[in-house]
Amino acid sequence: MPPNRIRTEQEIHGRHGRPITDQDAHEINRVEELSYDLKIHEVMSKNLHTASPEISLSDVLKILRINRISGVPVVEDDKLVGVISIEDIVRAMQNNDLTETVAQYMTRELVTVASYDSIVKAMQTFTERHVGRLPVVNEEKKLVGMITKGDITRGILVALQKDYKEEEVRRYRASHLFEDIVSDRTTLVLRYNIKSQNFTHGGTASSHIKRALLRLGADAQIARRCGIAVYEAEMNLIIHTTHGGILKLEVEPHRITMSTTDDGPGIPDVEQVLQPGYSTATDQVREMGFGAGMGLVNIKRCVDSMDLESTVGKGTKLVMRIHIPTENLSGRKEE
Amino acid sequence: MKLIEIVKLVEGTILTPELNFNINIHGGYGADLMSDVLAASQPNAALLTGLTNPQVVRTAQMADFRAIIFVRGKQPQRETLELANQEKMPLITSPLGMFELCGRLHKAGLPSFESNASE
Repeated sequence: MPPNRIRTEQEIHGRHGRPITDQDAHEINRVEELSYDLKIHEVMSKNLHTASPEISLSDVLKILRINRISGVPVVEDDKLVGVISIEDIVRAMQNNDLTETVAQYMTRELVTVASYDSIVKAMQTFTERHVGRLPVVNEEKKLVGMITKGDITRGILVALQKDYKEEEVRRYRASHLFEDIVSDRTTLVLRYNIKSQNFTHGGTASSHIKRALLRLGADAQIARRCGIAVYEAEMNLIIHTTHGGILKLEVEPHRITMSTTDDGPGIPDVEQVLQPGYSTATDQVREMGFGAGMGLVNIKRCVDSMDLESTVGKGTKLVMRIHIPTENLSGRKEE
Repeated sequence: MKLIEIVKLVEGTILTPELNFNINIHGGYGADLMSDVLAASQPNAALLTGLTNPQVVRTAQMADFRAIIFVRGKQPQRETLELANQEKMPLITSPLGMFELCGRLHKAGLPSFESNASE
């Protein structure tokens, strides 16, 4: 697709008709999104310089030079009647006509855009009409500003910078949590209530935990180990408990502790459930790819220490710990 | 190998057209047992599986997979599709069987990202 062609909203979002192809999908970027999000009135210049039709072209040239612009709208009795630009003045110069009035040389064919339209509309009009600046009118067709390609570029850059700053601030805040808050021992605790047999949402809490750890600055490998361990533990609560249970994450600068507690049914033989392949799972659970008797074995491999305590009729408590190498969770930026 | 090349190799259909398929896939892993996937995979691979429930997406996310390919033309449940879009996990369905799929990808140069039981 030629780089200058602007995709229609339908092509970008694919909400109606043909779904967008994968090729299109990766080409959609934040700039294209912004060209739909940003409205013309947000980027146009409101500081309006206008010319009246009776003034001379040499006066217009002065306005253009002093304000460093390349064209102005021509207004008569508060009404937009044309546009006069450098190109028009060059034409007049060829005829040695700079003493002539604006009315003689201005472009009368009025192409305008509406202030409430997306900037993509202005970009389309620039391409279709081969113009470099467009008068902007409001709902009452009154002139409210001018827009150039430069205004659009500037508007997009400002918006991108804002995006970037917000993301930076968000990341900074989370990853410096343990440096910013001073205490003898700082612990961040996240608690999740896990419902028994709720397979559809199984893993949601683990997913939140993994994301939180990454946000806090944990490196990818530690986040992955925690994610896998806590996900197996969460699935155990869903599969095996009577009433579900509580999943808890405690983050300290030197250590991550994950634990699950439930109120039953409890495990009769703790040694036995730690054997690889031992399983009491139902066929339904096995059909989902779980229940192969590998959960606790997996957890054990992912964490630095694991404790399992259980009393039949009372419940089970599983505690998993991962030690963090110095500096990892406290502010140092990790990829 | 780019995910978009993999789609062609496996004669696949993209199920999540809104997601980015111009990403690099470093290896492959084939399994229907999620515990195996969690136990023995390496990050940044594509997961080949016959399971289509939402847990597949969660598993792939936890183990840092970059895409999921369903074998033998399987279509995921609605919840699976929704979760994949939400978690930005690209989904592909291929009419080919697991063995054929693994063979084609391996032959095309995609390494195995499975750890052996001895490791």
